Amino acid sequence: MELTSPAFKANAARALQDAQLQKALGNVEKGFVAKRAAARQALPEFEALRDQGRALKTHVLEHLDLYLEAYEAKVKASGGHVHWAESAEQAREIILDICRKAEAKTVTKGKSMISEEIDLNTFLEENGIEAVETDLGEYIIQLRHEHPSHIIAPAIHLNKEQVEEDFRRVHTHLPDSRDLSEPVALLSEARAVLRQRYFEADVGITGANFLIAETGSSVIVTNEGNGDLTQSLARVHVVVASIEKIVPTLEDCASILRLLARSATGQDMSVYTTFSTGPRRPEDEDGPEAYHVVLIDNGRTAMLGSEFEEMLRCIRCGACMNHCPVYHAVGGHAYGSVYPGPMGAVLTPSLNGINRSGHLPNASTFCGRCESVCPMKIPLPKMMRHWREREFEKNLTPAATRYGLGFWAFFAKRPALYRRAAGLGMRLLSAFGGEKRRLSRLPLAGGWTDFRDMPAPEGETFVAAFNRQRGA
Amino acid sequence: MTDMPPEAASPRVGLFATCLVDLFRPSVGFSAVKLLEEAGCRVEVPMAQTCCGQPAYNSGDRADAADLARQVIEVFEGFDYVVAPSGSCAAMLKKHYPELLSGDARWAERAERFSDKVFELVSFLTDIRKVVRVEAAYQGSVTYHDSCSGLRELGISAQPRKLLATVEGLELREMKDSDICCGFGGTFCIKYSDISNAIVSKKTVNIEASGADLLLAGDMGCLMNMAGKLKREGSAIEVRHVAEVLAGMTDRPPIAGTASRRER
Repeated sequence: MELTSPAFKANAARALQDAQLQKALGNVEKGFVAKRAAARQALPEFEALRDQGRALKTHVLEHLDLYLEAYEAKVKASGGHVHWAESAEQAREIILDICRKAEAKTVTKGKSMISEEIDLNTFLEENGIEAVETDLGEYIIQLRHEHPSHIIAPAIHLNKEQVEEDFRRVHTHLPDSRDLSEPVALLSEARAVLRQRYFEADVGITGANFLIAETGSSVIVTNEGNGDLTQSLARVHVVVASIEKIVPTLEDCASILRLLARSATGQDMSVYTTFSTGPRRPEDEDGPEAYHVVLIDNGRTAMLGSEFEEMLRCIRCGACMNHCPVYHAVGGHAYGSVYPGPMGAVLTPSLNGINRSGHLPNASTFCGRCESVCPMKIPLPKMMRHWREREFEKNLTPAATRYGLGFWAFFAKRPALYRRAAGLGMRLLSAFGGEKRRLSRLPLAGGWTDFRDMPAPEGETFVAAFNRQRGA
Repeated sequence: MTDMPPEAASPRVGLFATCLVDLFRPSVGFSAVKLLEEAGCRVEVPMAQTCCGQPAYNSGDRADAADLARQVIEVFEGFDYVVAPSGSCAAMLKKHYPELLSGDARWAERAERFSDKVFELVSFLTDIRKVVRVEAAYQGSVTYHDSCSGLRELGISAQPRKLLATVEGLELREMKDSDICCGFGGTFCIKYSDISNAIVSKKTVNIEASGADLLLAGDMGCLMNMAGKLKREGSAIEVRHVAEVLAGMTDRPPIAGTASRRER
């Protein structure tokens, strides 16, 4: 996708003016938050599970090589193939090669953020292979040539009227008389159209929520069952996954599954949780003839051992963006990258470079709500701050900020001088405040006074006043 | 009024006023002094204090932030306790100074020892000085905003409500989503002013809907943001730091003044 993170401010300004988007974002702010809270409330051991999940993923990251090799051996033993891709480009080539060998014309796809990260659909189309998204949300945005605005609800920025319009535009078989006003009618329509595509597809591509070292299985969770049809009806099943998806055992996977859906949608479990291990065995009634796993690094190993390592615990539940006041205000597309919200603000600079993603870790109030709901207890604000530090070290911080900081720090580090300057400044500002005790315009503070009044200071500074009164 | 046993020594408390209270709202500083003295503390306000360093720390400027951390520690480490009328600045001193100075062999341990002494004002009164009620009166209804750093980094939520419940005549009317950010975010509100405005605009709707006539919180940054927005919207709701009400010092004009007829 085209990276528009450098234009975050303009993107955000547009989003704030978009009445339809603002209405749609209300669903995130209200719906997801309330559902997660209820699910958490209903599970007394939720906090203990978070600690357990964090410890488990931390352990895995410390022994990532070991578990990946164990996983690879198990996949091979079950008759599958494992491919290692260091970069997005390598991953795309590997997948294209698998498709070509299968003489694929059409591939179906389960919802997968890593395939967005490597921009797989565009690449396959360029090489004459049609990629059909089968998750309803992904299907809708594919019709619109858009990218996901949320990692678990890719079309959350749209309303049902817009979807109806898209369906009528593309599904030309639809009679005008057909009522599509209810979401369930839209769902049936998409389902009817997609059903045929599953049978036509030569290759089915899914992501993975987990890879299990103990058994060589890949695991997907969905609510529509589209992933199951994608991976079992095509001749070839390709799993694309980044390397940190690995967990040691089935038991470990089960522990984290208890956190995943609750944190994401507030469900106890997603409707479908599907484990796949290798291709169809002789005694199986169905399943793919071939099973491939493409393991993608794309910057992950560079995060190991850095101050961003903890980000690799992320299980992509979306709770951080669901609880983020900035995401609620501007939505996912404003971030201009694959991963929006707080987790994107940390991950995107790792993938695309801080020079092109500087706004993302800066556009946060550090309210900490993301960290407080993260099932893996990832310290997202701390890591956003680390990105600001990298930016500052590389001299990428905007000049106005640097000068402002330099001016402020000069005084803050000289208490006697600061006291004199502050005393004078506050008396002046206090006088300007007049009887109203506020200023509606203030030079150099336009960012503030464009939208709100500036409270006037009371007059003498506290530290000076206190010590004068007490005769210190 | 405190339930502390009489033999508990009267501790020497260094009041870290915070730059915004020092510059904009001395009333909060005097309220804090009154509350601390009523809780049996001997209070001093060192002249050599400026700012906790958050503007630098949160802008990625670790060097200046570390300089200020060392400056604050030097000035305040001799006290029995260091108290700040702000969850955000207290969390900076208590939680972030040790992290900031952890790589500095000479300062890491000092920062850790210093951290143990630092508290936010209201939680210090209730949790350390065991204050269970205040001698104050306020005739009217108030609503309380939970500032993010105090709430999530220091666990401040029940303490102010507990003490507010003992203020004579005061009625607490909880607003919806009191625990959601007001959009201030330090330099965020200047750097991304339109997003900040969108967030604070949602907050003022909830404040208005509470039906309270006074908004309280424990952090001057959030208070200035919400007061500035309320006044710009022509709201009649007044705004004060929670310490002013707890100390019974509500005689000064509120933050950003009172609403005159609809302005603008």
